[in-house]
Amino acid sequence: MSAAQTGAAGADKTIVRPYGDTTGDGMVQVSFTLPVPHDKRAEGAAVQLANRMGIDPAMLVHAKPIGEGFTFFVVYGRVNHLVDLSAVQVVERDFPLLSAKEVNAVVKQQLRRKLSVVGACIGTDAHTVGIDAILNVKGIAGEKGLEYYRELKVTNLGAQVSVPELVEAARAEKADAVLVSQVVTQRDAHLHNTREMSAAFREALPAGKRPLLIVGGPRFDESMTGELGVDRIFGRGTTPGEVASYLVHALITSKKVKA
Amino acid sequence: MTGKLELDPALVARARELARRAGQPVVDLARSHTTVSVERAVLRLAGVTGADPDGIPWVNRLVDAVVADVGLGHGVAAPVFEALDREGVTDVTLLAQKAAAGSVRFSQPTGKAATAARRAARRAVAAGIRQVDRRRAERDRLVKRYGDPKQRPWIYLIVATGDIYEDIPQAQAAARAGADVIAVIRSTGQSLLDYVPEGATREGFAGTYATQENFRLMRAALDESSRELGRYVRLTNYASGLCMPEMAALAGLERLDMMLNDSMYGILFRDINPIRTFVDQRFSRQVHARAGIIINTGEDNYLTTADAVDEAHTVTVSQLLNEYFAHEAGLADWQLGLGHAFEINPDVPESFRLELAHALLARELFPDAPLKWMPPTKHMTGDVFRGNLLDGFFNLVGTMTGQGILLVGMMTEAVVTPWLSDRDIALQNVRYVLNAAGGLHEDFVPAPGGFIQQRANRVLGEALDLLERIGDQSLLTAIAEGTFGIMKRPADRGKGLDGVARHEADYYNPATEILEGPAA
Repeated sequence: MSAAQTGAAGADKTIVRPYGDTTGDGMVQVSFTLPVPHDKRAEGAAVQLANRMGIDPAMLVHAKPIGEGFTFFVVYGRVNHLVDLSAVQVVERDFPLLSAKEVNAVVKQQLRRKLSVVGACIGTDAHTVGIDAILNVKGIAGEKGLEYYRELKVTNLGAQVSVPELVEAARAEKADAVLVSQVVTQRDAHLHNTREMSAAFREALPAGKRPLLIVGGPRFDESMTGELGVDRIFGRGTTPGEVASYLVHALITSKKVKA
Repeated sequence: MTGKLELDPALVARARELARRAGQPVVDLARSHTTVSVERAVLRLAGVTGADPDGIPWVNRLVDAVVADVGLGHGVAAPVFEALDREGVTDVTLLAQKAAAGSVRFSQPTGKAATAARRAARRAVAAGIRQVDRRRAERDRLVKRYGDPKQRPWIYLIVATGDIYEDIPQAQAAARAGADVIAVIRSTGQSLLDYVPEGATREGFAGTYATQENFRLMRAALDESSRELGRYVRLTNYASGLCMPEMAALAGLERLDMMLNDSMYGILFRDINPIRTFVDQRFSRQVHARAGIIINTGEDNYLTTADAVDEAHTVTVSQLLNEYFAHEAGLADWQLGLGHAFEINPDVPESFRLELAHALLARELFPDAPLKWMPPTKHMTGDVFRGNLLDGFFNLVGTMTGQGILLVGMMTEAVVTPWLSDRDIALQNVRYVLNAAGGLHEDFVPAPGGFIQQRANRVLGEALDLLERIGDQSLLTAIAEGTFGIMKRPADRGKGLDGVARHEADYYNPATEILEGPAA
């Protein structure tokens, strides 16, 4: 997945284009629906749309009427856009990945008490899959959740927790970190809820007493931490181990270095 | 469709007996308690409609007023109808408005006044239940006229736009494309509202509010579709959350055909108080029984949090409990859409054979129940191509094991709310499988003593072990300790507990009296 791998065929090249079956062929496949009945003109419209998307030549390989007045298309073709890998901006993991054993050891030796984590789905979001995957012993994809870590004290408040309830629970549990999961994204609910949450913590607790605020969910932009007022955003595919490693890094190891 | 697994009938009987033993204390609890929502449902059947200018239904205002004066434990029917008589008001909604304005006081009548109030309450509620009966007869007529779907399983599709006037054309398009059952997904969080919103919804949140008006609009639209397509298209909504009994009553009044109604879902997944849930559930199921509504239980949800192989037996246990509670409330087998799901990690070796074993086990344990077969969600990753393949295998298990209701899986599960094209591709997938292998269940006979038989018998054995353990410690304790879906839910915690009351000696509920009496 690294730049070096992607550009392997053209050693050190940072400019890439999609790969169909030959380096540099630029082939992509897209599918979409147009709100028109299926006829010649609809097919022409699909090709025109593909052209405007930068696909030229565009091969219309499938067109099928669906419902009344709609047509579904599959288009293959060569895209004329290029990507400059050196200009791509992503949030790279800036902390070492530790095993559960290592996390426990660092907490035990350096914090000398259990690290308290409070988690919840806030607002009307009832999708606990994310927070449960990170917190429940069961974990995800064979990797155990934070409840499994002996030196972590986990409080999972579950679904549809109000922000005041969360702040109160964080205070009661003397939370070192608060984890919030947001799956529902209609009308940017995940962003509104996150801002409300971070504002409430800023209001309720002075800077030094505030727990580390972490949000996660499949639709977050990981670079928006400043804008949302949180310390870290985790996106799709995050594992409990990454979260635990980050907690140790942010709350213990990086603090020691600064001090 | 029986006998493919060589299940030991003695063990199956034992499992049912244990489910009864685990469920009995919960039924006793439900029979000796009431909730604000049960009482509101009674008033809805008695004819209270509408909401105040802030959108709070008059049933809520009325029940709150009665509770403030006399408490909840007597039931609201007698105090309400005593006040109606005393105030010389003929309309219960008008009384609710007066009560909300603070111009009516309530008291628990005694002696002759009590007898008269009970008689008046029973008359009013009986009129509501007669309406439910008429709706049921109307469904029977329409099914006779237009016919049931030609194939089993019935094809169940979801719409969820947040705007009932968008939902309607989508539902009609889905019916035209082959859907036999339409479910309108509720707005996120409605389960935790302690009132039923009023009127047509234009702006829901990841779904459309369940309201009486939305029920009416969608049922009328699907009646149109039924006429057009020559098959009766069914409508589904939710009798779940804090207003479960009221949803059931409204569904009965508006001729909904199926309701999602699980015995433990609200407790486990919405953190609703266990006692509140069991009391609400029993009343709602009595209404469903009367209204001829098919319930869909929610066992599929356990497998979204727990492992679908390790915890397969918890699904069986929950199905047995749901069956017991349903029978106790008067539902017949044909009304039991017991749930289960295709949620085994596809990377597990032989995952498809395991799914076949589990689905066949449910089929053979409940031969006369329609069974609701739910598609993969947990292992849908955003790889839509793999997702479409997985949905194909899900459909294949559905037809090979004679499932009654098949919720159509979407390859864009966990990506977007389904697009028009996603739904079309999903239905194409179902049609292909049913067309190519619709009769395969006739030839599919697992090898005696083979992998599938062994697996099914093992799950049944584990279910028996769990039921034995629950029997020793009671179902409420099992739920408190996190037996189902890993969540721990103690009986003295959770939302909605303050709306529960133990029956006083003079508790009166005309709806329960009618529903538990001989059928009209």
